[in-house]
Amino acid sequence: MIRHLLSGADLDAATATRILDTAAEMATVAGREVKKLPALRGRTVVNLFYEDSTRTRISFEAAAKRLSADVINFSAKGSSVAKGESLKDTALTLQAMGADAVVVRHPASGAPHRLANWVDGSVVNAGDGTHEHPTQALLDAYTMRSRLGRLDGLHVAIVGDVLHSRVARSNVLLLSTLGAKVTLVGPPTLIPVDISPALAPGTDVSYDLDTVLPGVDVVMMLRVQRERMNDSYFPSAREYARRYGLDGPRMRRLPEHAIVMHPGPMNRGMEITPEVADSPRSTIVEQVANGVSVRMAVLYLLLGGNNR
Amino acid sequence: MTAYLIRNVSVVGGTPTDLLIRDGVVAETGVGLAAPDATVLDATGLVALPGLVDLHTHLREPGREDAETVESGSRAAALGGYTAVCAMANTSPVADTAGVVEQVWRLGREAGLVDVQPIGAVTVGLAGERLAELGAMADSAARVRIFSDDGHCVADPKLMRRALEYVKAFDGVIAQHAEEPRLTEGAQMHEGEVSTRLGLTGWPAVAEEAIIARDVLLAEHVGSRLHICHVSTAGSVEVLRHAKARGVKVTAEVTPHHLLLTDEKATTYDPVYKVNPPLRTAADVAALRAALAEGVIDIVATDHAPHAVEDKECEWAYARPGMLGLETALSIALDVLGPQWDLIAERMSRVPARIAGLDSHGLDPAPGVPANLILVDSAARRVVEPAELASRSRNTPYARMTLPGRIVATFLRGEPTVLDGKAVK
Repeated sequence: MIRHLLSGADLDAATATRILDTAAEMATVAGREVKKLPALRGRTVVNLFYEDSTRTRISFEAAAKRLSADVINFSAKGSSVAKGESLKDTALTLQAMGADAVVVRHPASGAPHRLANWVDGSVVNAGDGTHEHPTQALLDAYTMRSRLGRLDGLHVAIVGDVLHSRVARSNVLLLSTLGAKVTLVGPPTLIPVDISPALAPGTDVSYDLDTVLPGVDVVMMLRVQRERMNDSYFPSAREYARRYGLDGPRMRRLPEHAIVMHPGPMNRGMEITPEVADSPRSTIVEQVANGVSVRMAVLYLLLGGNNR
Repeated sequence: MTAYLIRNVSVVGGTPTDLLIRDGVVAETGVGLAAPDATVLDATGLVALPGLVDLHTHLREPGREDAETVESGSRAAALGGYTAVCAMANTSPVADTAGVVEQVWRLGREAGLVDVQPIGAVTVGLAGERLAELGAMADSAARVRIFSDDGHCVADPKLMRRALEYVKAFDGVIAQHAEEPRLTEGAQMHEGEVSTRLGLTGWPAVAEEAIIARDVLLAEHVGSRLHICHVSTAGSVEVLRHAKARGVKVTAEVTPHHLLLTDEKATTYDPVYKVNPPLRTAADVAALRAALAEGVIDIVATDHAPHAVEDKECEWAYARPGMLGLETALSIALDVLGPQWDLIAERMSRVPARIAGLDSHGLDPAPGVPANLILVDSAARRVVEPAELASRSRNTPYARMTLPGRIVATFLRGEPTVLDGKAVK
């Protein structure tokens, strides 16, 4: 098993599949009256969050607690080199406290990589800047596999602000590893340069959502911040929604079996309409539940819970 | 003053000869010289070059003496084979007045290890809004001739035009940090495949090329001298080639790191590889090497940029950009160009001395010439150990790399600043 989970690229197909299979076992725990396993008793998991992200933090917290780990929440929002303790000093502090795993969310891309140089325990990237969010990709893959029965050969459209999306990067890497085909859709201003060679050859790019929809099994809508229009990525929220938002008529262009995903939090009326978000095709609430199972699997496998 | 008789040295790669240094100048050359009072140095197998001249050095004093001082930077320079360095203006306070440039100049004289030639800021506080007192700096004891807002681009085209025109009165030159600021907001590394993969905001090549294109046209229009700092892209080379063919008075520099390293280094997220302009692609490196050999790029300049440990041992986005360069530049040049001594002397000594107007530097060792020269052992190889560097900072991107060449001795006006590879003071 790998020691850290920093990027979707850290996972080969066998490891990723093992995590998804383990997550399926973990999911059965959630159905029990006592939602707890003793697997990580006596181990310490630190949630080190430099950004507000209540949903990701409580998902990791629930995952660690269900495995009986001791959980320390370290909210370091606002910390930076300029004010307060450096990342390295924080790392050394956590190290001295005996953290077995550090789950880190950070506004700077690559911060988890830096952290991994300074701690002995496992580092799990819970979202770094505009880089990656590998457990989100795992929970998305888990959700697709649960709904559609497979990943190999699926066609997945990822729609929206790919440029600033850590979810998109991790999903492209992981889905390609697991045999799915990805098409990235968005205005050209929000698709990063050289995306296909950078992440996974064979990844397609389209600027036209309507032509892509009939051929996909999954459409994943990314959160688009309205403020991006102030930096001229698109002219207005209204124009964005008209060209790239998923509404009822567009949803009906999808094949019968296709599902609609969103990593949350949603901008209803921007990238997705309430009609779509609340439809039976939407997996948005399931994704949240699956997140706990997948994060349990990740912590369990990284911390070697399987060979204890 | 001690005289030195250097025996059996190859002057800029020529057949071995003796050099007698006396009273600050090269007194005599020839085979079998005799000077009973002189200290004899056996230089068999060594090459003598005119002392190197760096057009782009950050000495950090005044303001960040924890990262570098004029003295520590001068020592690093001497050990790297330099006899003159041009100190950039982005200190604190900024070198935008006669007072500050004179202070830096005086500190350089006191250290006495290299000639420290201050560069003056183009605009007050490097703010890009109004001209600093360029004439006062030119007339000061520091005799400033190069003006640069390095670290910042003189982005306002009208201000750039005025600066280019104004310095003609005292044969000055504007050294432009070519970076269109609106195209590089928040930029962290070269915009391309690697920045996309790493999720780091891109610094597009066009942000450099667009400013160079604008400024060569401005320089042509007003008939002024223009120097381009740290050229980093293949596209910039093409713009410069075109401008030179039209007869524009433009010169350009490339750094050792842009001749050797690529943006792939960023995949470590180790900010020791963060620099501005950023490391580019292998294709850019190839184009820069060719341009340097050809002369489209005139010189190698280090952009020696010391930073304190805490400014590099952090997240990439929060780290300051810049790398050490003085103590490794000649080794990188040897690695990239091979032992083409005349070319190395041209690109690292003669031409930079000419651009900077440093008349006593950049002259090949010959009778009557000021003895600003170095002895190089090209056969030696060494492993770069950050802790052993003379700079106060440790941010070298070449840590634990094995590089060719070693500076055996450096002479400044006939006095050794480095002997047997060690700083004399």
